Amino acid sequence: MTAAPGATTTWTTVCPLARIDVEGGVTALVGGRAVAVFRTHDDAVYALDNVDPFSRASVLARGIVGTRGDVPFVASPMLKQPFDLRTGVCLDDPEVRVASYAVRVVDGVVEVAAPEPGPGG
Amino acid sequence: MSAHPPSERRQRLVVVGHGMVGHRFVQAAIERGVTETHDVVVVGDESRPAYDRVGLTTFFEVGADALSLLPTGGYDDPRVRLLLGTEVTAIDTEARTVGFAEGDLDYDALVLATGAAPFVPPIEGRDLDGCFVYRTIEDLEAIRDAAAHEGARVGAVIGGGLLGLEAADALARLGLETHVVEMAPRLMAVQVDDAGGAVLTRHVEQLGLTVHTGARTSAVLGDRGRVTGLALADAEPVAADLVVFSAGIRPRDALARAAGLEVAERGGVLVDEQCRTSDPHVWAIGECAAPAGRMYGLVAPGYAMAEVVADVLVGGSGSFTGADMSTKLKLMGVDVASFGDAFASTEGALELVYADAVTGVYKKLVVSEDGRTLLGGILVGDASAYGVLRPMVASGIALPDNPEDLILPAGRGGGTELGAGLPDEAQVCSCNDVSKGEIVAAVAREDGPCDSAGCVTRCTGAGSTCGSCKPVVKTIVEDWFAAQGRVVDRSLCEHFAMTRQELFDAIAVHGHTSFAAVLAAHGTGRGCDVCKPTVASILASQLNHHVLEAGARVLQDTNDAFLANIQKNGTYSVMPRIAGGEVTPDKLIVLGEVARDFGLYTKITGGQRIDLLGARMEQLPAIWRRLVDAGFESGHAYGKSLRTVKSCVGSTWCRYGVQDSTSLAIMLEERYRGLRSPHKIKGGVSGCARECAEARGKDFGVIATEKGWNLYVGGNGGASPVHARLLAQDLDTATLVRYLDRFLMYYVRTADRLQRTAPWVESLDGGLDRLREVVVDDALGLGEALEAAMAQHVDTYFDEWAATLEDPDKLARFTSFVNAPDVPDPNISFSSTRGQAEPLLHEGPVDLGATIAVGAPR
Repeated sequence: MTAAPGATTTWTTVCPLARIDVEGGVTALVGGRAVAVFRTHDDAVYALDNVDPFSRASVLARGIVGTRGDVPFVASPMLKQPFDLRTGVCLDDPEVRVASYAVRVVDGVVEVAAPEPGPGG
Repeated sequence: MSAHPPSERRQRLVVVGHGMVGHRFVQAAIERGVTETHDVVVVGDESRPAYDRVGLTTFFEVGADALSLLPTGGYDDPRVRLLLGTEVTAIDTEARTVGFAEGDLDYDALVLATGAAPFVPPIEGRDLDGCFVYRTIEDLEAIRDAAAHEGARVGAVIGGGLLGLEAADALARLGLETHVVEMAPRLMAVQVDDAGGAVLTRHVEQLGLTVHTGARTSAVLGDRGRVTGLALADAEPVAADLVVFSAGIRPRDALARAAGLEVAERGGVLVDEQCRTSDPHVWAIGECAAPAGRMYGLVAPGYAMAEVVADVLVGGSGSFTGADMSTKLKLMGVDVASFGDAFASTEGALELVYADAVTGVYKKLVVSEDGRTLLGGILVGDASAYGVLRPMVASGIALPDNPEDLILPAGRGGGTELGAGLPDEAQVCSCNDVSKGEIVAAVAREDGPCDSAGCVTRCTGAGSTCGSCKPVVKTIVEDWFAAQGRVVDRSLCEHFAMTRQELFDAIAVHGHTSFAAVLAAHGTGRGCDVCKPTVASILASQLNHHVLEAGARVLQDTNDAFLANIQKNGTYSVMPRIAGGEVTPDKLIVLGEVARDFGLYTKITGGQRIDLLGARMEQLPAIWRRLVDAGFESGHAYGKSLRTVKSCVGSTWCRYGVQDSTSLAIMLEERYRGLRSPHKIKGGVSGCARECAEARGKDFGVIATEKGWNLYVGGNGGASPVHARLLAQDLDTATLVRYLDRFLMYYVRTADRLQRTAPWVESLDGGLDRLREVVVDDALGLGEALEAAMAQHVDTYFDEWAATLEDPDKLARFTSFVNAPDVPDPNISFSSTRGQAEPLLHEGPVDLGATIAVGAPR
């Protein structure tokens, strides 16, 4: 459910890029939801829903960021399941994925696209 | 008397004797299904169930419970009844009854496992007060009491064989000046030759014992009924306050003789290959039996006989046709092994000898005339080759071209590994009779194959008794994997093709101080959740920097990353250090107030601390501000590091205590606090042998003695509980700390990732003995370096939480939302149980708009 950033997309300011450790993450409040924003060694940024679907705890931003082969991933700090930073797909169980969000850096500031309002939301 | 036809009547099997062999027989009988058809009555004359008589010398250190082979006091199978402290007075083979003081008991089958009794030569004075034998726990208790008697200063052991030396070791450990008096011209005359005996004598004398060989005791001297010494033929008398007879054993065959069963010329109940006596309903096994007229004074042949009889009773065709009398043991720290034709009695046999008088090593191989077959050998001072050599004798495989390589020290052509070359039928473990074929079957089987040598030991028993064959088991397992093209991959992860130990050494040698440098020099890719915390832990061990320094914090495992233990709903628990479990009322009140003010669930831990659970990440700094101000510091409950050193109140308060265990526990906890290690480390200190601090369930445990401290290592609770084992005894506090420094730092340096001390000690080549060589004897010369590394840790220790509170950069991470720091995470909420908070999990991500209506998060 990656939100395709379009003309109507609402971008939420997260923080300056420098505030995120290289290969670390922060939690941001985006449209009422907890979103994990990560920065990799090449200064790419990724955003996933912060709730780990296995443990149901809001913790993914606190996981360790690394690579498996060429895939950048975060390991849940709870039970270590790895999630692809680009897609949110669990590398050990592709049936499971967390929502990923569009993210960009504008003038050194990280912004995440707010999720589309859900039905009835 | 029974309404059932005879075939359906349950039979009664009576076992006389509950020593090691009697116990093994009962186990085998249960395993093989004898109890499906038989009720078993086991009669033992000692007051306790079977115990490890082979390990009797360790009784003074470990106590009777640790030696017990049946710690629960009975068998799980309800069809087995155990009668202890009960004497059998007669056997009537006609009526098929055994007689007791209270009456008779019928049997259908009778197994005699009455063992042997120490032989006391018929010399004058042998009944004086102060004369002992060395066979049962009661004997050892009596010796200990006599040695503690005021004025007891000198002990003498008559007999310099295997048991005699063990008895002498026991006397020396009890603090007596000790003499060994042996009639033969050398010690251990049955196992070693003159040259080996001379090397052994030097070792024993270096330990402060006096050895008299070629010395026949003509009388025990006494005064007013008490021992005063030994009179020797052709030599000066030896003064002694107590005397232990250890001049061999004799089969206990009196019951059998009285019952008219045939006995061997030199004693022992004569039995056939099925261990059946001259009466078809009576069997004899172990030291009381004499298969083909020969008595076997070792436990392994006794076990083999036990298995044979259990097999025969279920209709099997087992037979006992003689046993391997090979011996390997460690006496007073000296390796002695003797196997096969040790004395070169085979026609044309040749001897190859390696002797190093300086280090006290003597090795002899006996080979066939053509030099192709190993017939036997003797090893004194270094028996490490035993595991390789002994199976070569039994299998008869060809020797390598230079057989001397097998006994030369490694580096001088020696160190030949053997395993793959053995035939399948070669016996690898003589204690438990496991062949190479059985080991290979365990790793090759379809259903749950073993994946390591340790697993093979658990599954097959190979190496589980004396451990001498473990290196061979390991070689066989690794060879098998290699032959399958399966390399036992010891890589840490895809980014580092190294073990933790190799990585530790590489980082130390190159002086790396960051993960980036380590990765660039030794790894590939960007790292992951396995290698990053491992490197972070190694860097922390070596540098003792703050784990939340920039660059280091993204490496930290979940709990280290926020200096607290994460809980299932993403909140944290807070656990300040309460060293040794000692806390003032004022500080206890502070803990209560903090828990109340932040609404934290409060629970007492097993490590004598207080855990405060349910703190939101952003609350941690405020909580710790109050704790630090009240004098608390980090308890490192979140780290792979020292947790606690548990203690009892010790001699300060306890009427039984012999040392101040609380003060020592606090000192040790404060010394090793914050030490980052491969896994968590726990310690314990007990103020007396009652062991209320459960120190032997810890990675290191200290137990007070009258003379100082006993140090135990390698214990843990958890899923596979292990008791810590004795490393050194009666230490003063300074020596204890030195050994602990070395032990812990050696563990930190060489253990695998997430390997606790128990499996780590197991994994050392030589196990606990090897560890003792490194830590106590400083065999690797590492002692000073290990102590210096620990001193560096102690000198640079600081409280991680106090330092975090001083640093705005570190504090900035403790926030709920980077763009909304005042909003608590709506995914966290609580319910209440028994008046305290309990985490409440949600089905999926919680939208802030949705939760506010239902109840504001706390």
